[in-house]
This record gives sequence, structure tokens and C-alpha cells, in this order.
Amino acid sequence: MAPDSAFPPNVGQIAYKPLNFGRWVVWGFTAFLFIVMPAFFSKGFALTLMSQMGIMIIFALSYNMLLGQSGMLSFGHAVYSGLGAFFAMHAMKAIGAGALAWPISLLPLIGGLAGAFFGIVFGYLTTRKAGTPFAMITLGIGEMVFAASLMFPGFFGGEGGITGDRAAGAPFLGIPGLTFGPAIQVYYLIAAWSFACMIAMFALTHTPLGRIANAVRDNPERAEFVGYNTQRVRWLMLILSSFFAGIAGGLTAINFEIVSAENVHAIRSGGVLLAAFIGGVTFFFGPILGAIVFVVFAVALSEFTKAWQLYLGVFFVLLVMFAPGGLSSLILMNLRVMKFRKFGRLRDPYFGVLAAALALAFGAVMLIELVYHVTLNVGQGHGVRLFGFLFDTTRANAWVFATSVFLAAGAAFEYYRRRFKEQWDAVQVEIEDWIRENP
Amino acid sequence: MESIISQALIGVSYGLLLFMLAAGLTLIFSMMGVLNFAHASFYMLGAYVAYQISTWVGFWAALVLAPLVLFAFGAFVERWGLRRVHKWGHVPELLFTFGLSYIVVELVQVIWGRAAVPYRVPAELDGPVGWLQSFNVIFPQYRMFMMAVAIAMLVAIWLVLTRTRIGLVIQAALAHPQQVEALGHNVPRVFMLVFGGGSALAGLAGVVGGNAFVTEPAMAGTVGAIVFVVIVVGGMGSLAGAFVAALLIGLLESFGKVSDWSVATGLNALGAGVGPGTPGYEVLKLTLSQVAPVLPYLLLVLILIIRPKGLLGTRED
Repeated sequence: MAPDSAFPPNVGQIAYKPLNFGRWVVWGFTAFLFIVMPAFFSKGFALTLMSQMGIMIIFALSYNMLLGQSGMLSFGHAVYSGLGAFFAMHAMKAIGAGALAWPISLLPLIGGLAGAFFGIVFGYLTTRKAGTPFAMITLGIGEMVFAASLMFPGFFGGEGGITGDRAAGAPFLGIPGLTFGPAIQVYYLIAAWSFACMIAMFALTHTPLGRIANAVRDNPERAEFVGYNTQRVRWLMLILSSFFAGIAGGLTAINFEIVSAENVHAIRSGGVLLAAFIGGVTFFFGPILGAIVFVVFAVALSEFTKAWQLYLGVFFVLLVMFAPGGLSSLILMNLRVMKFRKFGRLRDPYFGVLAAALALAFGAVMLIELVYHVTLNVGQGHGVRLFGFLFDTTRANAWVFATSVFLAAGAAFEYYRRRFKEQWDAVQVEIEDWIRENP
Repeated sequence: MESIISQALIGVSYGLLLFMLAAGLTLIFSMMGVLNFAHASFYMLGAYVAYQISTWVGFWAALVLAPLVLFAFGAFVERWGLRRVHKWGHVPELLFTFGLSYIVVELVQVIWGRAAVPYRVPAELDGPVGWLQSFNVIFPQYRMFMMAVAIAMLVAIWLVLTRTRIGLVIQAALAHPQQVEALGHNVPRVFMLVFGGGSALAGLAGVVGGNAFVTEPAMAGTVGAIVFVVIVVGGMGSLAGAFVAALLIGLLESFGKVSDWSVATGLNALGAGVGPGTPGYEVLKLTLSQVAPVLPYLLLVLILIIRPKGLLGTRED
């Protein structure tokens, strides 16, 4: 079995109309969201959260050019964003020192070019293989770049990394005050880049290269017979993907004003893989969704709990097991059910299964937080605040309550899950039958 | 001379440990087509479980029990996790084990804490090897024991795969799963055994590697990528290739770490007069011991250019 057979081809994307009205609405609404979001979330934390989401969206989409569109599972994508960030940071320092006349707003372009350059170099090696060997080699290259980054403190800044000042250059378009110093200005810079990159990457899926990349993903042997060099196609896609990853890296440099070896670390590479997969790699908008969810997990949830990596891991594993198409496929499956006017039959089972799942999650979170508090917060007292209540880990009642909620909800969940699955499968079969009969 | 022998022994013993890890991974990969990303996490889990058992009943019991625990854990993961994902294909299988590695690291930290645990070499094997000392070579007894375990494991795998009934069924299930199933063998159960067996091998490596090095939550990350390099360099799915590659990388690391030779000293020995003013001096002055962490990956790059199918590999992709 081909390793990439897991992802069904997304057919029916090309639509030749004089004016694709639906598409204009979607893109217009996306741009509108980018513009108005700060009006609702203007606090410092929310703004940094949104800035990071914007960067992660570019990064995850660039990652999906490999995994979703070309069938290449990479464990070393942070190499390109990280190296892009380093070059952008050096450029930023040069701008600050007056040695380089280049606007800060176009700094991500330098990151992108650096990313693409390393995409050419490393991609030549990694794309000689596909499938599982490709995954292992990208991991090796990633480790190599990380180890090397600690070896050259002159360029990479050693453990501490290198810092710069984003407000150093001339103001944007000569408008005084527009220096990208304030967080809100950085947000809009990131939003503009994010939106532009989204459009560029979406357009790429409709080019001949984007289409042939899909063919290489689905059936490399046949693509070779038609006359395409599959390695060349993978390499080109990797270079372009690295370019966008480098742009994300350049924006990271602007956003945080510090770049360190952490930026090329395997944790970053793993993170973007999680983000893309959680959102779903079969649809273009999947990684956008995944990037938002991932940033919520990694940045927002980590503020509240030390167990966020466990939650992220469990969430990811559950998705792989039960919904390998990610969140976007879940959404589209339900939209299809609604389109066929069969959602009414699913409403009651949904209600039961979701309520039980919520209770189950509640019990599980409580147990996990109690355990984490006992083992990792030694010396911080016995009190732990969960869901607004204060629990004492030395008294039995918290443990008994959490365990009984967990077990009862687990039983209820299993019961409702079976009922739900029955209905869901029946509805899906009906829809599939209808589609087959009315092509 | 003495130091060369002792470095070679250290390199070989490290290489054999890498081989123990690579063997389980290769077995699972060649049998099931699944790259177990969590393999290094199983190795870590083996070390922690062995530490726990050794505090209760001692090291020798842990040497037997910890791999059994890991076997049960691996079989459980295959039965209730991987088998579900199997129908989606190989990439989701890989991603499942990738997610599992996140969970295992967190679980280990919750149970045993974020710091290293004091998992020690047993008192019987503490100290240098006596007969080597008479040649002025100081080499720990425990490393010798590690090598013996690895070689015993290699022989055992070979015997099980080629000389037992279950080994033949496993090999047949690899080549023609449908036919083997038609003959009345439970192929999914064979897969479960293979995955459990591979996990047990990782656990065994953890038992003997955990106290030779450090048993800490980061130990999976430090060895994980190197094991992948071993497999690619040796040739995907080739057990013999993994053996050669593991020894090669072990020796590369042990000799690289102690050498202060650099391109600059080499050029200066030839009378080139390289100094701080020479362009690229920052690269030229790096000693081998400084670049030692990168050497396995450079080997990987080299192999990919010269011989993409790996040292003893047979598949082109």
C-alpha cells in the first residue's frame, strides 16, 4: 500500500466561472475578520495570541504544501522557518545599524528567500526519498541543523540567541509613528502577510505544479509514466513551501525580536505537524483552523495548566484514531449531512454523545490536574484550584468525586457513542447511495 | 594505544546499544510497514520501569521483568490503538505513534518527576574489567555486560525468526498476509506479537542503557533521531545493515568526542598557516569533538548522496 493513500484526493476544486462569487465572499470575510479582530480582542495577551495565530497560519499552510498536497511527511520543517528567522534577524540588525536600506515591513521576504535557499540545498537531499524514509531523513536534517546552530555562536548567538529592534528602520511609507514598535501595528503587519500568503498558497494549488503535486502524492508511479520527474516535483514543492515557512520565520523575528536555536528545534517541527493535522490536511483551509487551535493549546492553555502537552497529545491521538481528516473533515461531513437534510436524525444522538463527552473530559481533566499537582507541584501546598473550586489533594473527596465523574461519564459516553455511531453510519450510507444513484 | 582500545570499546558498546534499539524498530518496520516513532519513548519507559523494579527486587529481576512489561504495553498499544488506525494507511499509523511519544514523555514526568532518577549500575558489575586492566585499559564491566546482552539478543532474534514455527509464520505473514490468514493463522495477532516483541527489545535496551547513561525524561529525544539515522544509513528494513550502521555511528561518536583535530590544525600541519584572519576560520577551527553531535547526520547526508538505498539496503525508496 502506498504510504500516502490515507488522503483521498480532493476532487472538484477547479471551477471555471466568470466570477466565482462564493470565493470572493469567503476571502472578503477572511480579510474582514483580520481587520476587525483587534476591535474585540484588544488586550495585550489576546493581541499577541492573534499575532502568533497569524504566523502559525502561514507556517501550517506551508507545511501542508508538503503533507497534504504532495504527500511528504516532514519532521524538520522548522529548519526553514528557523533559518529564515535568523537571516531576517541579521537583516534587522543591519537595518538598525544603518548598513542595509530595507523596510522592516518587507523583512519577511528576506526570511522567505533564506528559507527557499535552504529548501534548495536540503530539499535536494531529502526529496530523493518519499514516504517513510523522507520522514526519517527530514528528522535527521532537523537534528543536524539544531546541533550545528549551537556550534556557530557567531551567527546563531549560542544558547541565548540573537536579538534586534523592530522599530529601528524608517517608518512605514514615511508615515511618522508607523514604526511597528507597538503590538497593534505588528499585528496588522502579520495579518497583511498572513492574508497575502494564504491567497498565494491557495492560488498555487490551482497551478499545474500544484495539480501535479497531487498526482505525485496519489500515485507517484503513474505520474512518472506520464512523464513527470517525481523527485523534481517534490523538490519544487519543498522549495516553495520553505519560502513560505521562511516568511513565517521572518514574522517571528519581528514579533518576538529574538531568535534562538529553539526556532529550529524538533519541537517546532513537531508543533507545525500537529497544527496541520489537527486542522486536517485534505482541505486547504484545514491548517488555518489547526493553527488557531494549536496556538490556543500551546500559548493560551499553557498559561493555565502544566499538563497542556498531555492534553495536546491525547487530543491529537484521538483525532488520528477517529477522525484522520482532522477538524475540517468533521465540519464538512456534518455540512454534508445538513445539505442532505438528515441532520435532524442526528440531533438527539449528538446531544447525548456531546454531553457525555463533556462530562468525561471534565472528569479526566480533574483527575489529571490533581495528579499533576501532587507529583509536580511538590511544596506548593495541597490546595488546587479547578474550574473555580478549591480542592485539597490530601483529602479523599476530590479524588472520589473526580474518579466517579470520570467513570460514570465514561460509561454514558460509551452508551451514547454506540447509538450515535449507528445513526451516523446509517445516514452516511444513505448519502453515499444517493450520490451513486444520482451522479 | 591503550586509549584507542578503550575508545574503540566504548564506541562498540554504544553502537551495540544503538543496534538493540534499531533492531526492534527495523523488525516492526519490515514486518508491519509501521515506523514506530515512539520507539525511543519505549526505550525510556523501559529504563524507568527497570529503575522502579530494581528499587523493589533488584536489577536482575528488572532485566527480565521490564522487557515483559514493555511487551505487554506494546501489545496493548497495537491492539487498541494501531490496529484501529491501520485501515487509514501508513502515514496515520506513524502519526499515531508520534502522538504517543508526546503522551509517554508526559506520563513519565508525572510518575517519576522531571529530574533524572538514580538508576544505578548493579554493585556486582561496578568497576573496571580486571583482565583489561592488566593491559592498562580501563573499561567498565557494565559496558562489557551491555555488549554481551546485545549480542545475546541478536542471536536470539535470529534463532527465533529462522528456527521456530512462530518465526516462520511471521516471515510468511510479512510476504503473503492473505495466504497465511487463509491457512488458519491469526495474522492480526502475529502483528500484535511483533509489535510487542519490538517494544520489549526497546525495553531491554532501556534496562541496560538507562543506568549506563542517565535515566531522564529527555533520554528519548537524545537517542531517537540517531536511531532513525542508523536505520536509514543501514538500509530500510535490513537488520544486518542496522548492525553495521550502529557500530559505525558508535565508533564515530566515541572517537569524535575525544579528538581535538580540526581542519585548521590539519592545514597548519601541512604548512598552510591558517590563522584567525583566514576566511571561514570559524568553520576551520572547529575541532572534531565540537562537531561530534553532527557527525551521524553528516554520515546520513553522505550516504544519501553516495548510496541512497543504504549500506546493505535492497529497496530503492
